[in-house]
Amino acid sequence: MDYFLELFLGGLTRGSIYALIALGYTMVYGIIELINFAHGEIYMIGAFTALIVISVLTMLGWNQLAILAIATLAAIVWSSAYGFTAEKVAYKPLRNAPRLSPLISAIGVSLFLQNYVLLAQTSDFLPFPNLIPEFKFLEPLGGIVRSTEIVIYVVTAIVLVILTVLIKFTKLGKAMRATAQDRDMAMLVGVNVDRVISFTFIVGSATAALGGVLIASHIGQINFYIGFIAGIKAFVAAVLGGIGSMPGAVLGSLVLGWTESFFTGYISSDYEDVFAFLFLVLILIFRPSGILGRANTDKV
Amino acid sequence: MFTLKELKKSFLIALWFMFLTFPIMVIRVNTVEQTIDWRWNRLVMVGVFSFFVSWLWRYLLQRKEMGQKRAEESESPTLTFQQRVLQNPKFTRPALVVICIFAVIFPFYFSMYQVNIMTTALIYVILGLGLNIVVGLAGLLDLGYVAFYAVGAYSYALLNVHFGMGFWACLPIGAGLAMLFGIVLGFPVLRLRGDYLAIVTLGFGEIIRLILENWNAFSFGPSGIANIPRPGFFGIKMSIHQSLIYIYFIMVAMVIFTIFVVRRLQDSRIGRAWIALREDEVACQATGIDKTKTKLSAFALGATWAGMGGVVFAAKTTFINPASFTIWESIMILCIVVLGGMGSIVGVIFGAGILILLPEYLRAFSEYRMLMFAAALVLMMVFRPHGIISAVRRTYQFEGSPGEKASS
Amino acid sequence: MESVLDIKQLTMDFGGLRALDHIDLDVKAGEIAALIGPNGAGKTTFFNCVTGIYKPTEGDMFISPPGKERERINGLKPNQVTEKGMARTFQNIRLFQNMTVLENVMMGRHCRMRAGIPGAILRNRATREEEQRVVEDSYAILKKIGLAQFVNEFAKNLPYGAQRRLEIARAMATEPFLLLLDEPAAGMNNQETKELDELILRIRSEENISILLIEHDMKLVMSLSDRIFVMDYGRKIAQGTPEEIKNNPAVIKAYLGEDIDA
Repeated sequence: MDYFLELFLGGLTRGSIYALIALGYTMVYGIIELINFAHGEIYMIGAFTALIVISVLTMLGWNQLAILAIATLAAIVWSSAYGFTAEKVAYKPLRNAPRLSPLISAIGVSLFLQNYVLLAQTSDFLPFPNLIPEFKFLEPLGGIVRSTEIVIYVVTAIVLVILTVLIKFTKLGKAMRATAQDRDMAMLVGVNVDRVISFTFIVGSATAALGGVLIASHIGQINFYIGFIAGIKAFVAAVLGGIGSMPGAVLGSLVLGWTESFFTGYISSDYEDVFAFLFLVLILIFRPSGILGRANTDKV
Repeated sequence: MFTLKELKKSFLIALWFMFLTFPIMVIRVNTVEQTIDWRWNRLVMVGVFSFFVSWLWRYLLQRKEMGQKRAEESESPTLTFQQRVLQNPKFTRPALVVICIFAVIFPFYFSMYQVNIMTTALIYVILGLGLNIVVGLAGLLDLGYVAFYAVGAYSYALLNVHFGMGFWACLPIGAGLAMLFGIVLGFPVLRLRGDYLAIVTLGFGEIIRLILENWNAFSFGPSGIANIPRPGFFGIKMSIHQSLIYIYFIMVAMVIFTIFVVRRLQDSRIGRAWIALREDEVACQATGIDKTKTKLSAFALGATWAGMGGVVFAAKTTFINPASFTIWESIMILCIVVLGGMGSIVGVIFGAGILILLPEYLRAFSEYRMLMFAAALVLMMVFRPHGIISAVRRTYQFEGSPGEKASS
Repeated sequence: MESVLDIKQLTMDFGGLRALDHIDLDVKAGEIAALIGPNGAGKTTFFNCVTGIYKPTEGDMFISPPGKERERINGLKPNQVTEKGMARTFQNIRLFQNMTVLENVMMGRHCRMRAGIPGAILRNRATREEEQRVVEDSYAILKKIGLAQFVNEFAKNLPYGAQRRLEIARAMATEPFLLLLDEPAAGMNNQETKELDELILRIRSEENISILLIEHDMKLVMSLSDRIFVMDYGRKIAQGTPEEIKNNPAVIKAYLGEDIDA
């Protein structure tokens, strides 16, 4: 039973990790129908920025909690800036181009950011200190789940709540939904579509950056390439749950996380990655709109 | 463009980029020695660079928009410079002759290393032309093309290891198996919409690579298969030097064959059906074209060529492992097609040339190679989405019609 | 006279919305029939069901091509429907924009050609002759429709009226016995509409093609049609000759609303 619980919680951790990145993917796709290949790199940049800030402040001898807070804030600020800039430079000019062009452009941005960090920093794996405080009252669970993981669950849940409130109840959220449904119409009724799209990218990037800090703390090291794999898995999760749907992104992430955890725990750990892709392929063949998505019918 | 307002804009953008790149460019943490490097000179470089680039960028964007407006308003489409040049037989005939002569004498005047690179480029030309059928003509975004490449390569390797079959026997088998895979993989996914198709094919590509990597009993796992024999020539024993030249000429022949076939296909009933499919799937069906069969044929044919390329690749490098068949390969081949010019044969050849040969000859910049390549991708999409050389449609002559006007 | 198209009790539900409610409609051989009704009545949905784009919830659809057996076409895919001899045009022009005018018409001949991949690669005599015939046939259609001067132009560069006629030319290239035209006169001025009127009459008389058209231009409808079917909110509310329809109170009500004095 203990083993099952361990795998369950492990899957929950994976799922939460994927969710924080998948949310950004799904938001961007929902609004401009673009698979932002570079989203994983935004997450990676968040982690790197955090590490840099942590290193500087640690050397200056600041308090641990303060360092964590500032580093997280820095990660969010800079990741959002990168996301915002990428949109303005590489995606905005292609808003009315055929489907293929922004996709290739996104691949270019992804490749560019990877190599940028590689050249500007290093190709080594850099250790990332875990500054997340240990909560005394969680100690008894120490055997099965670490304090860090519980923080991850909680943060993911909070982020989901905040985003849902944002989308459902604020004016900006309404503008986002309108733009996602019909961009031209939204423009006609006075929505500043450019700003809405930029905002979407910023929110998505911020979420990914937050994920970057948490995940790096949990895993303990970062490297310029981590964005790629995480990006793909998160994307699979988003599609699984129904791309464009935020609860779907979280649901898909959890399903993927649990499946990977139980599969590697009970059957074999060799084919772990195959699972993600197999899942993806099967879902898209049998239910392309994903678990929570709505079927998309073309107007004839 | 030289107004104060523009300069101010560029200045602000430069400031923004300096802010943006500050942590990653400027601060290098040395965790071993517990020191921090502050590289302020980089910040200045970023500032200056982005100042000029942003100015240039906006200028080029403006020009592009003006060009587009002019094209929309004019009555008849004007051919670009390249298209006019390529259609003029006074240019193409002598150019063709020069190329042929060059191709024949090339391996005897250049080093083995150069011949090797050229052969690799030719393999990519074939891959590009194959993917061009799928992406450029039929408009199906396939991000897992490398899977068929792998099928071809592994067919040869495994058939050779288990049954001792040679190159020439395995060439058609590899191509055939790849075609089969294309049909089997294509069938369930071809009804998906553009982006979804892209992701599913990407998934397929990765699944095949992961299976090759993990199913050791079948594929010998990550260590791959070595000692794959090079193609034989009536049993004559050849030195490595001669073998390489032989393979080079085999590739040249294959490229000629591929160009021949693709040209015929482009200008046929099925070729037009592919283009119609890309243009408007719904109208295509309403006009009586079987969408599924048409998509499948594009997919399967594209796969066949990847299979052929795979067999030659295995024979040329004599060693294959799953690491040669990653997503990035698929993306590279896709970039060859997209950057070179979708649907255009000359464009694809050009694209393969640039993407494969240029990095080799620019070794000095090898560190920045990928960075520049990535930047080139984005730049091409923003400024020249149709590729360097775009495709031209065929025109027909009729009595009493203005057929002289070569519209494209 | 046999009906070339016979639709019985056609019903189409989209989730909770009933777009078509037990529609009965038929088109007789050589007839020009019109399907009219206010916006949103379900006319294009009707076309989409008949041509296989949507799968109807209920109902039977039959065709009787001249010289052939009566056949049920439920469940056929759109390209199969076209192969059987029913071609359509679209409300929003759907041409192959980046192909030439001639090639657009040649696409219509696709389903009447045989050449496959081997033929394409080998270019044997049969394939070459077929290609030649297709080019000539397509050009002949362009001449008949009056678009011959645009033959090598890209479809996207044509003036609007010419684009609409090109869609009709493409549909005709499939050798249909029944042509379904969805708002062919939309966006046309009086002169263009008059030319369209003549074109449709010529198509009926010279090519022996029956026609069912959706239209809002009442003058065109009244002048062309042998019979008119009127829809409103997914239901058929009237059918008859132009005279009968003009004076039908239910039709007037559907278009103009209730007479407040009545």
